[in-house]
Amino acid sequence: MNENKRIGEPILRADNLHVSYGKIAALKGVSFEVHKGEVVAILGANGAGKTTTLNALTGVLPIKSGSVQFQGKSLVNVPTNRITAMGVVHVPEGRHIFPDLTVEENLRVAAYLYESKNKPLLQERKEQVFDLFPRLKERIHQPGGTLSGGEQQMLAIGRALVTGSELLLLDEPSMGIAPKLVAEIFQTITKIAKNGQTIMLVEQNAVMAMKIAHYCYVLETGCVTYEGTSEYIQANERIAQAYLG
Amino acid sequence: MNKNNQSLFNKSAAWKFASAAAAVVLLIMLKELGILSTSTLLIFQYIGIYAIVVLGINMVNGYLGVFSLAHAGFMAVGAYTAAVCTKFFFSVEWMFPVAIVAGGLVAMLLGILVAIPSFKTRGDYLAIITLGFTLIVQSVLQNMEFVGASKGLNNIPRHTNIYWVMGCLLFAIFVVSRFIHSKYGRSLKAIRQDQVASMLVSVDVRLNKSIAFALSAFLIGIAGALIGHLLGYTSPSAYGFTNIVDGLVMVYLGGMGSITGSIFGAAVWQVLVQLLKGLGTWRWVVGGGLLCIIMVFRPKGLFGYIELSDLLKKIQAKMKSGKLKKGGNKDE
Repeated sequence: MNENKRIGEPILRADNLHVSYGKIAALKGVSFEVHKGEVVAILGANGAGKTTTLNALTGVLPIKSGSVQFQGKSLVNVPTNRITAMGVVHVPEGRHIFPDLTVEENLRVAAYLYESKNKPLLQERKEQVFDLFPRLKERIHQPGGTLSGGEQQMLAIGRALVTGSELLLLDEPSMGIAPKLVAEIFQTITKIAKNGQTIMLVEQNAVMAMKIAHYCYVLETGCVTYEGTSEYIQANERIAQAYLG
Repeated sequence: MNKNNQSLFNKSAAWKFASAAAAVVLLIMLKELGILSTSTLLIFQYIGIYAIVVLGINMVNGYLGVFSLAHAGFMAVGAYTAAVCTKFFFSVEWMFPVAIVAGGLVAMLLGILVAIPSFKTRGDYLAIITLGFTLIVQSVLQNMEFVGASKGLNNIPRHTNIYWVMGCLLFAIFVVSRFIHSKYGRSLKAIRQDQVASMLVSVDVRLNKSIAFALSAFLIGIAGALIGHLLGYTSPSAYGFTNIVDGLVMVYLGGMGSITGSIFGAAVWQVLVQLLKGLGTWRWVVGGGLLCIIMVFRPKGLFGYIELSDLLKKIQAKMKSGKLKKGGNKDE
């Protein structure tokens, strides 16, 4: 049932992941791969386990069993900040920017690992973020909490880029954002991907996500039920009926 | 842009330090001229010592934003360590700084220990754990014959004077203002606002919390060393509930996460304590009542997360735009 036309070498491989909230199993043996340079989308309805998958990858939630390998190193039981330092940077659902810090300070916090050692790199990455999101530059001294939802999403993505990522995990970037800004953010994500950034994207807005993803996994109640290239998923009527309604 | 900001940050840190230093110089000049009476000078020493304590508490309760009650324990450890140093090992006066630093360092080690539960617990639970820590310190001291058990230590050489107090206070202001404008200080603010998000952008939350607790305990330990050598005695009963409440009143009165507020809180409360001496135990009613009133009307304290320099800047900006109304500058 899958069409395996993929690009690049695998950099992330999750195998038989189990995660539970207390006694309730949220992931029941999820396996997937992300290849270098790809945009991989995880699709599914509410409660399917999409966010749980990302949270498990970056250690926000403990993995009950299963393995995750990133560039040959295990991510299981590694503290979140170490996983981030290894290059798996997670933009969480609901953005989670620092509301009392200014846009500039939000970005500077993200340079925690190298700020004092490598000032030019911080400068370079900040400029890169401002190129992608000129709106942020206009609001550079504004506290994060005063930005609109869409701008906060831009800041959250910008913050992840300042940290420096080999693999960018985006959780519901379209959630709670004005439609006009959703299009803008998705355009930017496409742009980032074209620059060679590997992205794993979780989205409820499947149509939007499939437009930019190379490969998709469809999650249903904690299991991967379908996988394949976006074209394959889109063309497959059974999936479209079952999932896209 | 970055460079601009950098210099701005340093400038405001330097400004704070310079104004504090100027105030201290003025105070010492007044003392040398004999204008200040001994009792006034004593109050200034109390203010200085408690300002250091409040700066220490603010490090954890204000900047890091977790509710800790460990300060009485740190203060006790600092006071006892330094007292043991000067009584039994370095009784010469010029060795006093060694005792002060020793008090700070031992408190700091315990501070790192207390930081560990803060990695996982938040809110009420951390308050309970740190309260437990303070009570453990108190009962250990009550049972150690070596340091006089519940009678405490007497005849501690009275090395503390206004110079030591103000010197230590300037040091504390310098360290705290440098720290909060550094990468670690910024990370602390981020952790206060969103711990998970901080980890997701590679901030080492455990390290930062440990540093905050260590620095906090070090400062409070120094203050403990000073108070022991000011009073000439120290006993376990001084580091119980009343000490905890005293510290909290000063922090919340002055303001969370503010150097100006820390000094202001310590000054107001110490003066009040002197004025209310006649009330005896009833002053605790005033203290507790004041804490309630602050919590209801200004939950972040009078200078909550703002400095005097920020206020002055605001006033300046308002004057420029010509909108300054009389007395209206204290609103946020």
